[in-house]
Amino acid sequence: MKKIKYSEITPEKIYKKRRKFIKSLGYGLGSATIGSIPLIGNALANTDLTKPTDYEYITTYNNYYEFGTNKSDPYLNSQEFKTKPWTIRIEGEVENPMSFSVEEILSSFSSEERVYRLRCVEGWSMIIPWMGFSLSQLLNKVNFKTSAKFVEFETIYDPEQMIGQRKSILNWPYIEGLRIDEAMHPLTTVVTGLYGKSLPNQNGAPLRIFVPWKYGFKSAKSIVKIKFVKEMPNSSWMIASPREYGFYSNVNPNIDHPRWSQATERPINGDMFAPRIKTLMFNGYADEVAHLYSGMDLKKYF
Amino acid sequence: MTKYFKLTVFVLSLIPLIIILVKIFFNNLGAEPIKEITNHTGEWTLLFLIFTLSMSPLKKITNMNIWISFRRMLGLFAFFYASLHMLTYTGLDYRFDLSAISKDILTKKYIFAGFTAWLLLIPLALTSSKKMIILLKHNWKKIHRLIYLTSILGVIHYIWLVKKDLTKPLIYLTIILILLMLRIRFNKNPLLLFNIKRS
Repeated sequence: MKKIKYSEITPEKIYKKRRKFIKSLGYGLGSATIGSIPLIGNALANTDLTKPTDYEYITTYNNYYEFGTNKSDPYLNSQEFKTKPWTIRIEGEVENPMSFSVEEILSSFSSEERVYRLRCVEGWSMIIPWMGFSLSQLLNKVNFKTSAKFVEFETIYDPEQMIGQRKSILNWPYIEGLRIDEAMHPLTTVVTGLYGKSLPNQNGAPLRIFVPWKYGFKSAKSIVKIKFVKEMPNSSWMIASPREYGFYSNVNPNIDHPRWSQATERPINGDMFAPRIKTLMFNGYADEVAHLYSGMDLKKYF
Repeated sequence: MTKYFKLTVFVLSLIPLIIILVKIFFNNLGAEPIKEITNHTGEWTLLFLIFTLSMSPLKKITNMNIWISFRRMLGLFAFFYASLHMLTYTGLDYRFDLSAISKDILTKKYIFAGFTAWLLLIPLALTSSKKMIILLKHNWKKIHRLIYLTSILGVIHYIWLVKKDLTKPLIYLTIILILLMLRIRFNKNPLLLFNIKRS
């Protein structure tokens, strides 16, 4: 898939202004009645599939079970969440375990705009203008041993602040993982912001991982620990349902979730008439990442 | 008097439809509108199945016959919301892509359960008139016991589609099981549940 650069995309405000302008032209041409019906007005506004998802949807429609299992829960329950002070520890199979404060990380690495597609395992997708930098830059700060084969990410465990962690919906703390080569891939991002602003709590503040070619749950939020390990980590979702959630969880339209199809997805845009779109292999990043899996049976290593 | 009660129940039963129409009109369906409509109509189908199944236990408990006069209407509303649910899935979501839909029905067990539950409601809706009750005699009651199967399939459909948090579907399952168990007790011998002579 063609990479979408943020600069190629009309900013939200200008986009809406243009739409307003076009609509106002419509009024002049005598179609005032049609344009003013909210339903149809909305259908007209949402036909562009390369436009980033509205900030409102990205920040109010979230899967972040630490704050509750409803999509609106993370937004509703995370506003008081304290992200200062915050340190991230890098440890495990490394010569020199290190801890970094978020401030150190933000000042050592310059964040850039990275517009990536997000495909949720549930069958919906967004286009998100993240701010961030490649995880490899951070991982290169430590010298990891040759025995290290995988990287494990750990989300903060704080049931006092995270209402969802008081129930054993998942195995807390949330654990995710990548193979070293996946973790070192330039697309694998440490996210520091969204839409040019700082990262909202419901999206995984202060820092989260984003892996654009994998289903969304692979991208751990609010991480406190990165651990180099010898063995493949058991992620929280693998423990929850090993038959349904594999370690790799690469976006793949040809391999269905045991209970539902993964062939298509619904782009999130609030438009009830927007069609489903075909899900792309590796979420459209096959050119960049397919070589990581050459010779692997993707059905077996799902 | 019953007439006015029935009219009230009819108007109340339209509220879920009105809610979703208002939300559609004012573009207030949130980030994933089709999912919202699908979940709304699906959940109300289950609730109307529960309402329908509650009428005869309520009659026995309160010793009032009026409950039975609502039963057909509530059952038809269950079918109505189930059909809206089906139409949302087949039409709005899958644009009547019959190959994708039939593949889903045959390979995805939650869709198979839901589709079967809806199919089983069709004969009930078709035979819901007074004429049909007279025409089918004792077979009518037999046919209409299909609602037990539909309600079980409907709630299994819900359980199978949920990703992790099963709280809500398990609440519905519990209610439905209680309503069905109440019937077994009324019939005394569970083996007689499907025996037409008992009716």
